[in-house]
Amino acid sequence: MAQAENSYYVPHGSHWPIFGSVAVCTLLVGMANYLNGTSWGGNMALVGFGLLVIMLFGWFGTVVKESRAGLYNTQVDVSFRWGMFWFIFSEVMFFAAFFGALFYARNYSLPWLSGEGSGAMTNMFLYEGFEASWPSAANGPGNVGGEYKPMGAWGLPAINTALLLSSGVTLTWAHHALKAGHRAQLIIGLFLTVALGAIFMACQVLEYKEAYEHYGLTLGSGIYGTTFFMLTGFHGFHVTIGAIILAVILFRCMSGHFSSDNHFGFEAAAWYWHFVDVVWLGLFVFVYLV
Amino acid sequence: MFAIKRLNAWLGLAFISVVSGSAFAGQPMNMTPGVTDISAEVYDMHMIAFWLCVVIAVVVFGAMFYSIFAHRKSRGVTPATFHESTTIEAIWTIIPFVVLIALSIPATKTLIDMYDTSDYDLTVKITGYQWLWHYEYVEDGVDFHSKLQTSISQINNDEEKGENYLLEVDNELVIPVGKKVRFLITSNDVIHAWWVPDLAVKKDAVPGFINEAWARVNEPGIYRGQCAELCGRHHGFMPVVVRAVPEAEYRQWVAANAKPESATEYAVVSQ
Amino acid sequence: MSTVAAGDHHDHPESPYSIKRWLFTTNHKDIGTLYLWFSFIMFLIGGVMALVIRTELFQPGLQFVDPQFFNSMTTMHAIMMIFGVVMPAFTGLANWLIPMMIGAPDMALPRMNNWSFWILPFAFAMMLSTLFMDGGGPAGGWTLYPPLTLQTGDALPFVILSMHFMGLSSIMGAINVVATVLNMRAPGMTLMKMPLFVWTWLITAYLLIAVMPVLAGGITMLLTDKYFGTSFFNAAGGGDPVMFQHIFWFFGHPEVYILILPSFGVVSSIIPTFARKPLFGYASMVYATGAIAFLSFIVWAHHMFTVGMPLAGELFFMFATMLIAVPTGVKVFNWIATMWRGSMTFETPMLFALGFIVMFSIGGFSGLMLALAPVDFQYHDTYFVVAHFHYVLVPGSIFAIIAAVYYWLPKWCGNMYSEGLGKTHFWLSTIFVNLTFFPMHFVGLAGMPRRIPDYALQFSDYNMMATIGAFGFGLSQLLFLVLVIKAIRSGNKATSQVWEDAEGLEWTLPSPAPYHSFSTPPAIK
Ligand code: HEA
Ligand code: HEA
Ligand code: CUA
Ligand SMILES: [Cu+2]
Repeated sequence: MAQAENSYYVPHGSHWPIFGSVAVCTLLVGMANYLNGTSWGGNMALVGFGLLVIMLFGWFGTVVKESRAGLYNTQVDVSFRWGMFWFIFSEVMFFAAFFGALFYARNYSLPWLSGEGSGAMTNMFLYEGFEASWPSAANGPGNVGGEYKPMGAWGLPAINTALLLSSGVTLTWAHHALKAGHRAQLIIGLFLTVALGAIFMACQVLEYKEAYEHYGLTLGSGIYGTTFFMLTGFHGFHVTIGAIILAVILFRCMSGHFSSDNHFGFEAAAWYWHFVDVVWLGLFVFVYLV
Repeated sequence: MFAIKRLNAWLGLAFISVVSGSAFAGQPMNMTPGVTDISAEVYDMHMIAFWLCVVIAVVVFGAMFYSIFAHRKSRGVTPATFHESTTIEAIWTIIPFVVLIALSIPATKTLIDMYDTSDYDLTVKITGYQWLWHYEYVEDGVDFHSKLQTSISQINNDEEKGENYLLEVDNELVIPVGKKVRFLITSNDVIHAWWVPDLAVKKDAVPGFINEAWARVNEPGIYRGQCAELCGRHHGFMPVVVRAVPEAEYRQWVAANAKPESATEYAVVSQ
Repeated sequence: MSTVAAGDHHDHPESPYSIKRWLFTTNHKDIGTLYLWFSFIMFLIGGVMALVIRTELFQPGLQFVDPQFFNSMTTMHAIMMIFGVVMPAFTGLANWLIPMMIGAPDMALPRMNNWSFWILPFAFAMMLSTLFMDGGGPAGGWTLYPPLTLQTGDALPFVILSMHFMGLSSIMGAINVVATVLNMRAPGMTLMKMPLFVWTWLITAYLLIAVMPVLAGGITMLLTDKYFGTSFFNAAGGGDPVMFQHIFWFFGHPEVYILILPSFGVVSSIIPTFARKPLFGYASMVYATGAIAFLSFIVWAHHMFTVGMPLAGELFFMFATMLIAVPTGVKVFNWIATMWRGSMTFETPMLFALGFIVMFSIGGFSGLMLALAPVDFQYHDTYFVVAHFHYVLVPGSIFAIIAAVYYWLPKWCGNMYSEGLGKTHFWLSTIFVNLTFFPMHFVGLAGMPRRIPDYALQFSDYNMMATIGAFGFGLSQLLFLVLVIKAIRSGNKATSQVWEDAEGLEWTLPSPAPYHSFSTPPAIK
C-alpha cells in the first residue's frame, strides 16, 4: 500500500457487478410481469430491489473500505469525479427528453390540434371548435381525464422552491464546514439538508394528494397531467435518491470518514443534490410558472 | 429539360444494367418519372444527385485506385512523408460545400411547390385503417373503402399469381386528369403512409392529425402504390390504386356513386 | 491482498478456464475479450434473423413465416445488430485498445467496466425471451413507433425494460471511456497526440452519454402511455404520435454516428500503417469528427420528411443533413491523401479498410440522396433506405470491426492469423455483401416498401439475388470464426511490432500484450 501515491489502483475481481446484474434483471423481469398482470410480478420486483440494495451496500462498502485504506491516489479521485460528472450529465439528458415533450406539446401539438399553423385541416375536420389553452384546458380534444384545475405556482410549489434552495445553502455551508474542519457545523448542515429534502417530499405528497382529491388533476389528465406528473414525479424520485445518498454521507461524516482535503463521497452527493435543485428550478419555471 | 431527362434515363439504365448484368434488365430498377410535373422534377433531381455521386465517386475512387496501383511497395516506391496541407484541405472542404448548395436550390424549390396545397380543385380525405383505406370525396360526396383484392390462394402459392399481384384493390380511387387534387390524409388506428410513386406523393397518415398533399395528374391511367409505413401484420397487403380519368368521365363516375348527404357535411370546406 | 496494477506482486490472471476469472474480472483485456465474443454470438443470432427475412423474401408469396413473425424478425434483427453487435464490438475494442494506446494500466473504473459488460447477457436474454411470449416478440420495427408498438402483447414491458438495461450498460461504458481518456493518459500524451481511434471513441462516448438517456426517456413514455394512462403520444389527450419520432430520432441519428465514428478511428489507424506514411491531416480529422458529432444533433428529422412537418422544418433538416457530407468527405479525402505516394502493401486489415472506404462512401452517397427532402418522398421507407444503411453498417461498421480484429489480433493472442484465409474471407465478404445489398437499391427505387414479407412480381429477380448474397455473406463469416480460433490456438509467433511500420504505444508492448498494460507510464516522444 505504500505505493498508493504513485500507482493507479486497479481492484481485484469483484462479484458485486454480476450480483448487480442478477438483481436488476430480477427487478426488471418482476416489473414487466407485474405490468402484464401476473400475481407474482410485484413480489419478484421487490426481491430484485432487495438484492439491488444489498449490492449497493456491498459495492459501495468495498469502495469506502478501499478509500479508507488509502488505496486511492489523486488520480483515482479524478476518475471518480469525471465518472460522477458525466453520470449527472446523462441524468440531465434524461430530464431533457421530458422537458422536450412538454415543449413540444405546448408549442406544437396543442396549437396544431387547435388549428394553428399547419393544423388548420386537422382542427376543421377532426376537432371542430376545439381550442386548447395551457394550462387550464390542455387535456386535448378528447378532454381526456375530464375537467381539472391546473396547479398554481404560488402555493406549495413556491414553498418547495424555497425549501430546495435553502437546502442548497445548508449543503454548501456543510461543505465549507467540512473543509474548515468544523465537525459540528458539518453535521448540522448536512442534517438540515436531508431534513429540508424530506420536508420537500412531504409537501410534494401533499400536493399530489390535493391534485388527485380536489383538483381532478391526475396522471391521466391529458398532456397537462401527463407532463405535470411525469416531470415532477421523476424529479421527486431523484430528490428521494439524493436525500438517501446525503443521509448515508451524513452517517459517514458522523463516523469521521472524511477529511478536510479528501472527501469525494461528500462532493459527489453534493453535486447530485445541486443537480436536483437546478432541475427543480426548471420545473418551477416551465411546469408551474409560465 | 426533357432531353436531359431522357439522356439521364438512358445513361442511368446503361450504367446500372452493366453493373447488374443484363440478364435482369427486364425488371424496373430505377425511380419512375411519374405522371405529374412534380414527379418529373423529383425524378430529375434524383438523377442529378445520382450522377453527381457517380462523378464524385469516379474522381475519388479513381484517385484511390490509381494510388493503389502506382504507390505500392512491390513497385519499389519509397514513401513520401508529407502529412498536411492547409490549402488542399481548404479546397476539398469548400468544393463539396459549393456542390451541396447548388444541389439544395432546386430541392428547395420543388419542396415549396409540394407544400403548396392552395387553389385545389377537389379534395379527397384519405383515412388509413388496419389494413385498408377509406376515401371520402369532400366536395363531391362519394365515399368508400378500398382494400386488397388479391386472393389468399395466390398469396399462399396455391394459385398462379396475377399480373398485379398485391397491387390490386376492390375500389380504385378515381380522380380527374389535369385537376389539382388535394389529399387530406389521416388514420384511424396506427400510422400508415399513403404512397403512389407515379404521383410522387407519400404522406404519413397519423392518427389524430391531418396531413396535406396534392397531385395534378397529366395522363389518364392506373397508378399503383402501397402503404409505406409499417402498420402491423398486413402492412404488406394494403395497396393503393389510383385511376386517373378525363374530367367528363370523372363527373359521370361521381354522378353514379355520390351520396349527397355526406357532401353537405363539409360544405364549408369547399369555399 | 489487493491488487495494485503498478509493478506489484499479484499480476497473473487466473487460468483462462476459470469461470470466476471471467465473471469477476476487472481487467480491461478480459472485459474486451468478453465484449468481442459476445458481439460475435449476437452477430450470429441477428444474422440468422436476417436470413429468416431473406428466406421469406427469396420469392414472392408467403412461404415460410407468418407476417407478424416476419415483422418481429425485422425488429429483433435490427436491435440485435445495433445494440448487441456493433456497439458491444466497439466497446470491446475500446477496452482492449484505449489503455494500451494512451499508456494506462487499465480503464479508469474497472469494476464498473465489468458491470457494463455483464449487464448485456442478461438484457439480451430478456429481449430474446420475448420471442416466446403471448403475442410474439416486438414487431413494430426497431424504431418502436407508437401507436403500433403499443399493440405489442406481453413482450412490450420486457422489450422496454431490457432496453433501459442496455442503455445503462452503454452509458457506464461511455463514462468509463471518457474518464479513461481524460484522466489516464501517460504524461506527455496530449490530446492532440492521441491516436484517432481514441479521439473518435472519446467523441462517440459523449454522443452515447448525451443520447442514450433520451432514448430511455422516450421508451419510458411508451410504457406509461400503455400502462399508466398518460397521453404523450395520443392526440385525443393533446399529445402527438409524431412526438415520439422526434424523441426517438434525437437519439437515433446520433446513434448511427455512434455506429460509425469508431470505425473511422480504426481505418485511420490501419491506412497509415500499410501505406507506410503518416496519416494525412491529423488535426482536420479530429475537427471533422467533432463537426460530424455536432451536426448529428441537428439533423434528426431527416428520418421524418414524410410525417407532415412544417415546410421550415423540412428545409432546416435538409440543409443540416447535407452539411454532414462535408466533414465526412474531409475524412475520405484525408485517407486517400495518406495513401497517395505511400508505399502500400495489402494485408487483410488493409483490404478491409480499403473496402470500407469505397463501400462506406457508396452508402454515404445514397445518404446524401436521401437527404434531399423532396426526393426522399420517393425513397422513404423503401429498400433504397435499406440499401443505404446496410452499406454504411455492414461494409461500413462491420468491415471496420473485422479490419480491427485482423489488425490487432496478433497483439492480443501473440500469433499471426493466416493471410491466405484472411484474404479469402475479404474477397468472399466483399463479393457477397454487394450481391446482397446492391440490388436493394434497384427494388427500392422501383417502389418496393421495406418491412414487407411479400412483394409484387416485378421485384422478384433482385430479391432473389439479395437472398443468395445474404447466405453467401453469412457463410463467409464462418471462415472468419475458423481463422480467429486457429490464430488463437496456433500460428506464427508475432513480434511486438507485428506490422512493419505501425505507430502507437500498443506496438511497444510484447505480443501477446501482458495482463496489465503499462505498469509504469511509457515515455512519450
Ligand atoms: C452507420 C450508420 C449511418 C451513417 C454513417 C449514415 C450516414 C448518413 N445518412 Fe443514414 N441512415 C442510417 C445509418 C447511417 N447513415 C440508418 C440505420 C438509417 C435508417 C433508419 C431506419 O429508418 O430504420 C438511415 C437513414 C437515413 C435517412 C432517412 C431516410 C428515410 O428513411 O427516408 C437519411 C436522410 O437524409 C440519411 C442520410 C444520411 C446522410 C446524409 C449521411 C452522411 O453522414 C453520409 C456522408 C458521407 C458521404 C456523402 C460519402 C463520403 C463523402 C465524400 C466522398 C465527399 C464528397 C461528397 C459529396 C459532396 C456528395 N440516412
Ligand atoms: C449493424 C446493423 C446491421 C447489420 C450488420 C445487418 C446485417 C444484415 N441485414 Fe439488416 N437491418 C438493420 C441493421 C443491420 N443489418 C436495421 C437497423 C434494419 C431495419 C429494421 C427495421 O426496419 O426496423 C435492418 C433490416 C434488414 C432488412 C429489411 C427487413 C424489412 O424491411 O423487413 C433486411 C432484408 O434483407 C436485412 C438484411 C440483412 C442481412 C442479410 C445482413 C447480413 O449482413 C447478415 C449476415 C450475417 C449472418 C448471415 C450470420 C452469420 C453466419 C452464420 C450464423 C452462419 C450460418 C449461415 C448460413 C447457414 C448461411 N436487414
Ligand atoms: Cu398501412 Cu402499412
Ligand atoms: Cu439519420
